[in-house]
Amino acid sequence: MDFKTALFYILSAILVIAALRVVTARNPVHAVLFLVLAFFNASGLWLLLQAEFLAIALIVVYVGAVMVLFLFVVMMLDINLERLRQGFWGNLWLGGPIAVLMVIEMVAVLSARSFGLEAMPAPASMAAGVSNTKALGVAIYTDYVYPFELASVILLVALIAAIVLNLRQRRDNKQLHPSEQIAVRRKDRVRIVSMPSEKE
Amino acid sequence: MINFVMPDLYPASAEIFILVMACVLLLVDLFAGSGRRWLVYLLTQLTLAGCFGITLATLDGQSVTTFSNMFVDDLFADFLKLVLYPTVAVMLVYSRQYLAARNLDKGEFFVLVLFATLGMMVMISASHFLTIYLGLEMLALSLYALVAIDRDSARATEAAMKYFVLGAMASGLLLYGISMVYGAVGSLEIAEVGQRIALGGGNKTVLVFGLVFVVAGLAFKLGVVPFHMWIPDVYHGAPTAVTLFIGSAPKLAAFAIAMRVLVTGLAELAEHWQVMLMILSALSIALGNLAAIAQTNLKRMLAYSAISHMGFMLLGLLAGIVGGDPRFALNAYSSAMFYVIAYVLMSLGSFGMILLLSRAGFEAENIEDFKGLNKRSPWFAAIMMILMFSMAGVPFFVGFFAKFAVLQAVVAAKQIWLAVFAVMFSLVGAFYYLRVVKVMYFDAPTDSASIEAPRDMRLLLSVNGLAVAVLGLLPEGVLEYSIYASYAFLVGQ
Repeated sequence: MDFKTALFYILSAILVIAALRVVTARNPVHAVLFLVLAFFNASGLWLLLQAEFLAIALIVVYVGAVMVLFLFVVMMLDINLERLRQGFWGNLWLGGPIAVLMVIEMVAVLSARSFGLEAMPAPASMAAGVSNTKALGVAIYTDYVYPFELASVILLVALIAAIVLNLRQRRDNKQLHPSEQIAVRRKDRVRIVSMPSEKE
Repeated sequence: MINFVMPDLYPASAEIFILVMACVLLLVDLFAGSGRRWLVYLLTQLTLAGCFGITLATLDGQSVTTFSNMFVDDLFADFLKLVLYPTVAVMLVYSRQYLAARNLDKGEFFVLVLFATLGMMVMISASHFLTIYLGLEMLALSLYALVAIDRDSARATEAAMKYFVLGAMASGLLLYGISMVYGAVGSLEIAEVGQRIALGGGNKTVLVFGLVFVVAGLAFKLGVVPFHMWIPDVYHGAPTAVTLFIGSAPKLAAFAIAMRVLVTGLAELAEHWQVMLMILSALSIALGNLAAIAQTNLKRMLAYSAISHMGFMLLGLLAGIVGGDPRFALNAYSSAMFYVIAYVLMSLGSFGMILLLSRAGFEAENIEDFKGLNKRSPWFAAIMMILMFSMAGVPFFVGFFAKFAVLQAVVAAKQIWLAVFAVMFSLVGAFYYLRVVKVMYFDAPTDSASIEAPRDMRLLLSVNGLAVAVLGLLPEGVLEYSIYASYAFLVGQ
């Protein structure tokens, strides 16, 4: 077993354990941190496959931005895990066997027979100086320009959706607007009513 | 070096137009202010009309691909798009008063509807697994936001949350399946995948394994049993205008991607997916019709009816290839297409009726609210009766011909028992549709408010109801177009 293979097994083992801990951890903050660990190991696996750009993007985008944000959200929310787990045992009789069945089937299909080195040989090592950042860039801006544009539209939709759902005037809002107060005119506030004089 | 050949933008002009207009509308809405909301509405309708014109003008019966074979413009896509635009436009007309009464007619509503429409157009014209997924996400993301657009409704927020979580899971399933297909075949281009499998490429076990997940993802989007859980809750919880949208146009897009993925891409695996679709459709027809009986809420009832109708449509899809013999394909696929179009027409009308009877602070969503409609408005009671009869499959409404065409395809494929099963459960289904009719005609009205609706909505709803009746008597036109489109689809692949 050469060094790369050993590294692969170490990274994969940590990845699997971390992923399992994400779903089993009692503390949601721990779960998020385990997910970060899983991402780190996955990016290590990508490095082994010579996909250095994807590996670094996974760390920068997911670990650096998304997961940090996620951590804030998890810390801000008051998550009651006990209540989340309430239905767990009740549905286990149905979910458990189905899950076991799925796992057995997946193991049977995703075995070495279909995905082993004979069926899918490892790609040859890339020559020194081949930049996979550049290769990705070229692919995205030429052949994949249509999905690339679509992805940008999806981000725009997400932006609009987030604003629509969160920017709203609350009815119980008593906030004052200084600019409106300064710009007020007499006719907005004072109403002159002409009334016949009343005698006693 | 980069070899960039400018893609041919002409086939995608309708998509480009709607995208530009959606962005323009965002700005118009910003400057128009809340006093001129009619302007955004009007521009949205004009955009849809413009798309209709563009698609009609670029219609040439040729199958053209562009953007490195990721976008296909064939007669099949054009025909579905020409049905899609009016569907969205009619939905906007129906929901205008409802939205205004609830202060939901913000500019963003219309912008999100346009983006959802763009997503559906992308799905209809997709010839690459990646664009199918991206179109699907664009549609889904807009729909999640639309369901939750009424922020003060706890029910709508819950529905949006369920829809979002389950939708994300379904996207995951679909992507996982696609990744397996890619792993086995080494291409994401749908036609290319089909050819490589036909030439014996790819590990069959892996392909079938991927197929299971792809079918599960598609089934979720179509809303068939056992991936139907979200349908009743989302239909019930969403504002009725949004329910109308979810219940109509996306079915066209889901049908299109099911055809592209299963018939073009994975045709060689037909014996596998036909069995899966058979189970899905039989379960949907049974569960949809049985569960609908127990509903007192009309929106929930129509949700279960949607499940059974989509099951029925799948019957047409699965009857296409009989033991490797594609002779029945044209007949079967055109019948499924006709079924989807007929269903969209009926669905528009029946949710339109709920919108018609609703007013500020009141949702006419219970079957009880239709009590004695005949005394309040004989005309609209008659329209609703036509719609319910058609949904039930009573001759001679369009729903009957749709069912008839599909059943004929199923019988031609020698699946007699499946046809008998479907007919039996359609009979069960007739019960709950006819109950609505009974309530309208034989019960005393509990609600005496007069029906107030803008003239365009009354007119369009009447036309909608009459179209269901007239197309039942003269279905040849739409049927012929479905056959042309399916023929172009089968030849072009």
